[in-house]
Amino acid sequence: MLKKIFIVTCLTVFPAFCLASPDNNSIQIKGSDTMVNLAQSWAEKYMEKNSSDFIAVTGGGSGTGLSSLISGTCDIAISSRNIKEKEITLARQRGINPNEIKVALDGLAVVVSPANPVSEVTLAQLADIFTARITNWKELGGKDEKIVLLSREVNSGTHVYFKEHVLRKNDPASREEFAPGALMLSSSQAIADEVAGNPAAIGYYGMGYISKNQKPLAIATDENSAYEAPTIENVISNKYPISRPLFFYTNGAPESLVKKFIDFALSKEGQDIVIATDFVPAAK
Amino acid sequence: MRKLKEFIIEKLILLCGLASIFFVAMIFLFLLKEGLAVFTTVNPFDFLFGKSWYPISEPAQLGILPLILGSLLVTLGAAIISIPIGVGCAVYIAEIAPPKTKETLKAGIELLAAIPSVVLGFIGMVTLVPLVKSIFHLPTGLTALSGSIMLAFMAMPTIVSIAEDALYSVPKTYKEGALALGATHWQTIWRVMLPAASSGILAAVMLGIGRVIGETMAVMMITGNAAVIPQSILAPVRTLTATIAAEMGEAVVGSEHYFALFAVGIVLFVISFAINVTADLFLHKRQ
Repeated sequence: MLKKIFIVTCLTVFPAFCLASPDNNSIQIKGSDTMVNLAQSWAEKYMEKNSSDFIAVTGGGSGTGLSSLISGTCDIAISSRNIKEKEITLARQRGINPNEIKVALDGLAVVVSPANPVSEVTLAQLADIFTARITNWKELGGKDEKIVLLSREVNSGTHVYFKEHVLRKNDPASREEFAPGALMLSSSQAIADEVAGNPAAIGYYGMGYISKNQKPLAIATDENSAYEAPTIENVISNKYPISRPLFFYTNGAPESLVKKFIDFALSKEGQDIVIATDFVPAAK
Repeated sequence: MRKLKEFIIEKLILLCGLASIFFVAMIFLFLLKEGLAVFTTVNPFDFLFGKSWYPISEPAQLGILPLILGSLLVTLGAAIISIPIGVGCAVYIAEIAPPKTKETLKAGIELLAAIPSVVLGFIGMVTLVPLVKSIFHLPTGLTALSGSIMLAFMAMPTIVSIAEDALYSVPKTYKEGALALGATHWQTIWRVMLPAASSGILAAVMLGIGRVIGETMAVMMITGNAAVIPQSILAPVRTLTATIAAEMGEAVVGSEHYFALFAVGIVLFVISFAINVTADLFLHKRQ
C-alpha cells in the first residue's frame, strides 16, 4: 500500500524523477532522425498491445540520442551509426555501459532532381563530388552547371556514415571532409525539398525519403561493376553499395520493459513494420 | 508602520533592479567557465582565425573565422537594407505623416515586430529563396543575401521606433526656428532635425544591428549553413548563432566540441555587448 502511494505520488509530482527509477512503465527513446518514424511506428504498435506501458520517441540526430544516453536522460538511443570510441570512453566515465543491438538496415540514397540527366555514378565519383574535386555536372555527362552539394548537419548519423563510408572509403586514416561549400541542412526533408526544386543539387538521405520529386542515382562500387539502384532487394542482397545498419543502444543488457520493447521490434511483427516504413529488415 | 512598508517596498525594488545585473553576471561567468575550457586543447589564435570548422572529425578542426565572417556579412547586408528604409520611415512618421497615417504606420511597425522569427524564416524559405535564386541565376538561393533581407525585416521595427522617438524629442523650437528663417520642410528635416537627433538615431541603428546579429532561427533556415569563408553576399554562409543551435544537440556534455560551442557563445556575447555599449554611449551623448 505504502509503495503504491509512493508510486502514485511519484508519477504525479515527480515525473522526471520517476523516469530514472527502475519500477516505472515508460521508456524514453531518442536519437536518429532517420529512424524516428520507424521507432514511432514500433512504439505505437507496441502500445496498442500493451496499453499500460508508455513509450516516448524524439528525434534530434544520432549524436543527440547517444549523448542523452550518456547523460542518462533516455533509455534507448536510436542511432544510424556505430557509437564512437570517444563516446564509449565518456559513457564509461559516467557509469554507463553502451550495448549495441542491430534492429534494421537502411540504404542511403543519393538523389538529384528528375530534371538532371545524370542517373548513375561510381563511389569514387561520389567522393569526388562531395569533396569538390568534381564541381560541374558536365564532368559527369550532365549540363554545364555548378554542382550544389547538400549535406545533413553534423549531428546527423547519416552525415557521419556518408563521410566515413563514401568520402573516406572506410579508411580510418583518411582525412577527407565534406567540401566547406556544402550546404548543411537540418533535416532530410529539407534536402528532399531543395533537390526537388533545384536541378543542380545533389543530396543524400535514407531510402524512406525518396519520392517522385527526386531521382535516386544508381551507384556502382567501381567502374567495372554494375550500377545498382537503392531498392529493398538490392540492400538485402548487398548489391547496393551504400547501406548501413540501424542500431538501438541501451545502458547494459536490456532489462524488463526495455527488453520487452526490443524483443517486439525484432519479432516478425516488428520487422514487418520495418518494411512498411521503407527500411530493410535486419539480416538474421 | 508606514515607514516600514515604504522601506520594504524600496528594498524589493532595489532587489529587482539588481537582479538583472546579477543574472547577466552569472550567465557570463557560466559562459566563461564552459567556453574557456576549449583553449586547453586549441590555442585562441587558431580558434578565432582558423579557416576550417569540422567539429566532429578526429582530430577536430575548430576554426571559427568563416562563422564570424558569415555573421558579420549577414549583419552588414541587413544593416545596409534596413538603415535607410528604417530611418526614412521614422522621418516620415515623426515629421511628415498626417496623424491618421501615423497611427496606422506605427501599428504596422509594431505588428512587424510581433512576427516570430521562425515564421519569417519559413516565409523566406518558400518565397525569397527561390526568388533570389532566379533573379541572380545562382546555383542555390540559400545565400547570405536571403538572410540579410529577412533580418532587415526584423531590425526595422527597432530602428523605426527608437529613431522616431529620437526625432520626436528634438525641441520644437529648433524646427520653428528653421522654418522661421525661411528653410523648406525638407531643408529643416535634413539640416536641423536629423543632425539634432543623430545620436538617438545612431543608437537606434546599433540596437537594430544588435538584434540582427543574435538572430538564429531565420538565418539557420535560409542561409545554407556552409562553413566557408564567403566570397560574396550571393554565397551561402554559416553564422555563429546557427552553429550553436544546429550543433548543441550533438555535443556530448564535457567534450571538446561542447566547450568550443560555448566559446562561440562568448564571441557572440562579446560582439553584441560591444554593440549595445556603443548604442548606450550614443544615447547618453544625446542627454
